[in-house]
Amino acid sequence: MDLRFTDEELAFRAEVREFFRTALPASIREKMILGHHASKEDLVAWTRILNQRGWAVPHWPKEWGGTDWTPVQQYIFRDELQLAHAPELLAFGVNMVGPVIYTFGNDEQKRHFLPRIANLDDWWCQGFSEPGSGSDLASLKTTARRDGDHYIVNGQKTWTTLAQHADWIFCLARTDMAAKKQEGISFLLIDMKSPGITVRPIQTIDGGHEVNEVFLDDVRVPVENLVGQENKGWDYAKFLLGNERIGIARVGISKARLNRIRELASLERIGDVPLIETPRFREKLAAVEIELKALEMTQLRVVAAESRRERGKPDPASSILKIKGSEIQQATTELLLDVVGPYAMPYVPEEEGRNEPTDGPDWASAAAPTYFNWRKMSIYGGSNEIQKNIIAKAILGF
Amino acid sequence: MDFDLSEEQRLLKDSVERLVADRYDFESRKRYGQEPEGFSRDLWAAYAELGLLAIPFAEEHGGFGGGPVETMIVMEAFGRSLVLEPYLATVILGGGLVRRGGSEAQKAEHLPAIAGGERLFAFAHTERQSRFDLHDVSTAARRDGESYVLDGHKSVVLHGDSADHILVSARTAGARRDRGGIGLFMVDAKAPGLQRRGYPTQDGRRAAEITLENVRVGAESVIGDPENALPLIERVTDEAMAALSAEAVGAMDEMLKLTVDYLKTRKQFGTTIGSFQVLQHRSTEMFIELEQARSMAMFAAMMAADENPAERAKAVAAAKVQIGRSGRFVGQQAIQLHGGVGVTMEYKVGHLFKRVTMIDTLFGDADHHLARVAEAGGLVAA
Repeated sequence: MDLRFTDEELAFRAEVREFFRTALPASIREKMILGHHASKEDLVAWTRILNQRGWAVPHWPKEWGGTDWTPVQQYIFRDELQLAHAPELLAFGVNMVGPVIYTFGNDEQKRHFLPRIANLDDWWCQGFSEPGSGSDLASLKTTARRDGDHYIVNGQKTWTTLAQHADWIFCLARTDMAAKKQEGISFLLIDMKSPGITVRPIQTIDGGHEVNEVFLDDVRVPVENLVGQENKGWDYAKFLLGNERIGIARVGISKARLNRIRELASLERIGDVPLIETPRFREKLAAVEIELKALEMTQLRVVAAESRRERGKPDPASSILKIKGSEIQQATTELLLDVVGPYAMPYVPEEEGRNEPTDGPDWASAAAPTYFNWRKMSIYGGSNEIQKNIIAKAILGF
Repeated sequence: MDFDLSEEQRLLKDSVERLVADRYDFESRKRYGQEPEGFSRDLWAAYAELGLLAIPFAEEHGGFGGGPVETMIVMEAFGRSLVLEPYLATVILGGGLVRRGGSEAQKAEHLPAIAGGERLFAFAHTERQSRFDLHDVSTAARRDGESYVLDGHKSVVLHGDSADHILVSARTAGARRDRGGIGLFMVDAKAPGLQRRGYPTQDGRRAAEITLENVRVGAESVIGDPENALPLIERVTDEAMAALSAEAVGAMDEMLKLTVDYLKTRKQFGTTIGSFQVLQHRSTEMFIELEQARSMAMFAAMMAADENPAERAKAVAAAKVQIGRSGRFVGQQAIQLHGGVGVTMEYKVGHLFKRVTMIDTLFGDADHHLARVAEAGGLVAA
């Protein structure tokens, strides 16, 4: 057992770090440091920079544009990406539907979709949750009835992140109405330009527009857009949700935020004393840093175990990463709010091309909205309570 | 990076786990605790035979040249079975101070005797006023010709009543809380002027209050630099905390296992209480705390060997915070989920709870080390 990085791993880290330092456009980096959102154009530009380097989808199989990096290298890459304040790539493509397509899709689907995902030519969104089917996803009611060489899809999806930009949506829909819950569900790829699709925005408490409702009314989907076998969609969905948990600890993002909080807490003063030098604050900060260090080690243990696991079979211990990762990310938003103080108050709409100065320091305006918005982290990706059910069942054997 | 145990480490793990499984069930442990010294000399001999007492020492001193990972393996197994023998006091602390700070002659004299199970040590450092501050030493070491004369009082010396030799820290120069001017002396437990009063501890072990009055030791008893032994003491204390972290992980792991087993068998309202989601989630939270603690115990083991004292100290302090907090949560919940039986002397879980509680107070509790991590500028590298 040797928990230190090898010289090769350290050299790899240096290489990746240097690339991010020089390749990430400064305008995007600044936006991210201030806690604002990357625009669609930012994300497309950044994905293509990475894709040109061959690093947009490093975790994919090599024949589809991936790398043969070890799990540790994959981890280092993700960590550095996040530490560099680079935007994360659109997960719905590279982490969710991409792996489903290269694992369960047919050759035509692989050839067509995978390169377009890696280059962000297609913007994907996720059609899983429904108004009546959140944690109990398998109760979903959207139907897909076969009509010749088409499915006719009817139903309503919700919490559809960034559907307003989407070219495609991957959907779970019921193809066998008689089968019991988990059976009879199929995994469909649907063109967002299809007639019958309506996207309605949902405004979240931070004032942002990130999620949507998607209505599907008699949407005609060619049968060649079925992934894998009909009625086997639940298996693919479980595979996808398992993959989703791997990167969800977002240790690098929390590290970057804690570094930033430390920096800002040395600028803010209480009387003559920088906030960072007050024992109460710095101990609060240190407590979160310790939790994060523990999570990082836990993540590395899961990563190391990953190389010994069957490909595509998620480790139930990754539920720890989701639970602790979300709690720590949320704790960083609380800390930043503590640092900001009174200038947490002004509501500043985040608009492209906005050039009037903000009231208060420029880094203050996103503190409260991020705190509000990030309450989502313990809810999405399988709520933390669902993760506890998974641990209870799969690890503790209840 | 590699989390796999080597072949030798796996063998070590198997053999120590087999030993405690065979000879350290809860009923046997009760018997060992009633022996005069509060532990079993037979088991101590068995550890020597198995080579466990030789792990950290160099081959030339009868050792195996093992590192913190080997120590972690042993301590985790000991934690699970609530092993009472003075492994920490003798091998980690006593042996560590001699190994890291002693002269060649001192090492040759003492380390093979430790490895062979023939000699017990205790580290007498804490004082009434020092709490957890390692630099706070008022016991005096006055130079008198070629020898030193020690005067002072040492508190809560682990296994101080059974040790053959006591390693005593004492001030050769400077004021009470100066970092410089602390020396370390090897004192025969039977030396004239040394008095010890042994007592049982909350976690079923033994400790002693030690008074030194005009205790005279020769120059050959000085371990390391008589005016600057604090770095040595800090280093070995860091190693002891890494070892304790592993022990605590073993104890927490056992508490979780006992709790989950209990929930699956205890019936109320016509069903096993483990079918209730509130209890499943609570044990899941115990599991998460345990795994976070395990991660930090590994981190501490990795960093305990680090040559940079500031980085090493910060990492070990962080682990001690995690261990303290996780231990409190896992312990309290283990008791709660067991109900009444959890607070009885006859059942193991309460003893595990008491041990992790006392581990938190050893060498500084979670609050103490949190303040240290915070003062040191935190853990996340910029």
